Amino acid sequence: MKKRLLALSMAMIMAAGTLAGCNGGNTGASTTTTTDTDGGSGSTTTEAEPTKAPELDTTVEAEDISSEVEGSVLNIYCWNEEFKSRLTDHYPGYTEVDATHGKIGDIDVVWNITPSDDNAYQNNLDETLLKQDSAAADDKIDLFLVEADYALKYVDTDYTLPVTDLGISLSELSNQYKYTQDVMTSSDGKLKGLSWQGCPGVLIYNREAAKAVIGSDEPADVQAAVKDWDTYKATAADMKAAGYYMTATVNDTYRTFSNNVSVPWVSADKKVQIDDNIKRWVDDSKEMYDAGQIKSTENLWGDAWSSGFYPDGKVFCYFGPAWLINFCMAADTDGSIANQGGWGATEGPQGFFWGGTWICAANGTDNKATVADIMRKLTVDKDIMIDIVKQDDDFVNNQPAMEELAASDYTSAVFGGQNPLGMFAAGAKNIALDKISAYDQGCNEEFQNAMKDYFDGNADYDTALNKFYDAITTKYPALSK
Amino acid sequence: MNKKKSVVSYNKWGYIFLIPFAVVFVVFQLIPLINTIKNSFFEHYRDGLTIIGPNWVGFKNYIKLFSEGNILKYFKNTMIMWIMGFIPQIIISLLFAAWFSDPSLRLKCQRFFKTVIYLPNLIMASAFSMLFFTLFSTVGPVNDILMKVGILKEAYDFMAHTGSVRALVALMNCLMWFGNTTILLLAGMMGIDTALFEAAEVDGATANQVFWKITLPILKPILIYVMVTSLIGGLQMFDVPQILTDGKGSPNNSATTLIMCLNNHLYSKNYGMGGALSVILFFITGVLSIIVFKFSGNEDKYGKA
Repeated sequence: MKKRLLALSMAMIMAAGTLAGCNGGNTGASTTTTTDTDGGSGSTTTEAEPTKAPELDTTVEAEDISSEVEGSVLNIYCWNEEFKSRLTDHYPGYTEVDATHGKIGDIDVVWNITPSDDNAYQNNLDETLLKQDSAAADDKIDLFLVEADYALKYVDTDYTLPVTDLGISLSELSNQYKYTQDVMTSSDGKLKGLSWQGCPGVLIYNREAAKAVIGSDEPADVQAAVKDWDTYKATAADMKAAGYYMTATVNDTYRTFSNNVSVPWVSADKKVQIDDNIKRWVDDSKEMYDAGQIKSTENLWGDAWSSGFYPDGKVFCYFGPAWLINFCMAADTDGSIANQGGWGATEGPQGFFWGGTWICAANGTDNKATVADIMRKLTVDKDIMIDIVKQDDDFVNNQPAMEELAASDYTSAVFGGQNPLGMFAAGAKNIALDKISAYDQGCNEEFQNAMKDYFDGNADYDTALNKFYDAITTKYPALSK
Repeated sequence: MNKKKSVVSYNKWGYIFLIPFAVVFVVFQLIPLINTIKNSFFEHYRDGLTIIGPNWVGFKNYIKLFSEGNILKYFKNTMIMWIMGFIPQIIISLLFAAWFSDPSLRLKCQRFFKTVIYLPNLIMASAFSMLFFTLFSTVGPVNDILMKVGILKEAYDFMAHTGSVRALVALMNCLMWFGNTTILLLAGMMGIDTALFEAAEVDGATANQVFWKITLPILKPILIYVMVTSLIGGLQMFDVPQILTDGKGSPNNSATTLIMCLNNHLYSKNYGMGGALSVILFFITGVLSIIVFKFSGNEDKYGKA
């Protein structure tokens, strides 16, 4: 009997060992990362989020970096091919070697691309940034990209370099839209990153459906049918009667609501708060989905979502900024609506923005001059930026250039000859990013995930909300309900 | 004197042969195990790029797990999915093992079938799960066939219903492991002294009686072993539901297992909560194993080993 108990306890320890196995590996990693950070960050800090966007300190002079020697490898961290294609197509002197390597002069460019879903990109970036101090010069991150949803996480840290440290003076950047700089301004007034694009969103509508249901595909007439949420819902009922879905998924309208909130996702004392406008999105979407006016409860980027890119999908509208139209809506595929120029653009019920990519220089980079040059060429150089607009239908971060193009005879092929730039330019001026928090990506993703159960009828609103709180406090242990 | 010396030197070799195991065990299992228990008493996570802790918090992580987390629900999910898979698995395995080991049936191509039933186990669980995800999607072949045959009018969303998701997870686990269990039980059955069967035959026992009165009781130690390993494996259920539900455990967390919850905590580098959950799992595993041992009765009826 004694022997058996001994054997049993040994077996349990073995079994527990296998259980602990995956955990143990991570424990090892934790001790190394802890020692890698500077001493100050070891303690609990409960620094409050700045509730107001900090002011940019315009007195900071650009540093002279002409004497610094350039490293031989430029490591770039990003989450998709967009920036790479911008660099390949528009940055003079960049030559592609293979899918993950390129060359700028003598410098080897190494791409590290991790998809951003479920914070995978951020986690990968964080791991590497935390080891930045001890990494060899050629392994250090030189340049990385961030999105508005989590930009704050990096702006107020020492892991990003102020652009003035790269030799870029603030006077060079006067043509950029102000909001793109507000987001990247740290609490001590330093500008930490630059963007080549502006991301005001519009309502992108299917011209064929508009003609069939509204009777016209002119932006002004369509706008009258979607001018506020009540009219929008009335139009949705008409669309349903004519065999069209208003949107492909419940999540399409999400950004228009989440960008017009009165409180950020996370309060200064790190409590998660649900804004009334977010709740309104839930109620409106549930009502419209139950009425059969929305095609699916699936996530964005899924099959149901992209089915509306083709005429058979029978989807009336999408909500998105310029990059969505160019980069995501299958414009290169034969038979897609975008390919046939079958989309139109109008302001929609409410203004919003979505995404936006900022270029940051990582602290510790040995390629300051190259990073600065990439920033200058893509975010300041007017000729290159106009090229981006013309070639890629993107909306660039250059106010005079965009206003010039808005007034010109530029037309967008996917929009069937419409010039949407005036609409974007007007939208870009109104973007305010003062209600963002560093945790927005997780909050947005988890909220949409949790509400799917509510829309599907698997849970009532409170159950779904509890699931959201559970998921978000697991994902960000610093937050509380 | 001489004799004693040689015994001692034999013992020495025993210990020397144990060293590789002992070293691997201590380095890769015992130290991480102790570390995990230690971690569970500390607050230690990342907030953005800031590392919080480690700060000693006593049992706070455990209290939080039970008061805020859904740990009981996840435990229930795990057990339901394990039982749903294990019962058909053990029945099928017993049946196959009985057929394979019965010489009077004269089964042909035994080796071929033994290989085939083991094959699903060789596929990576994640690949298997991905395959089922595609097969059972709303636009997948299963829905297509069911609609063409006329059983369904419109596509059934297998991933949006609690029952169907759990059933799919159970089906996959069953398919993956019944071959393995069959081989184990078969080995046990082959080990039974044929004289017993012959004696039973002479006494006029039916095949049923032989199975229930001779095979099963003798097989008990093997059955217990299968049960315990499967239980521990079941508690660690992770890859199949994780991939099938895209890590969400949807619908409504009804397919979230304990390890998926652990994975979520570790994904955000929350070592404290991860540690606490691991320790709880350790105890659950221990308690369940003891229960299984107790129920199976430890007074050996068949031969003292």
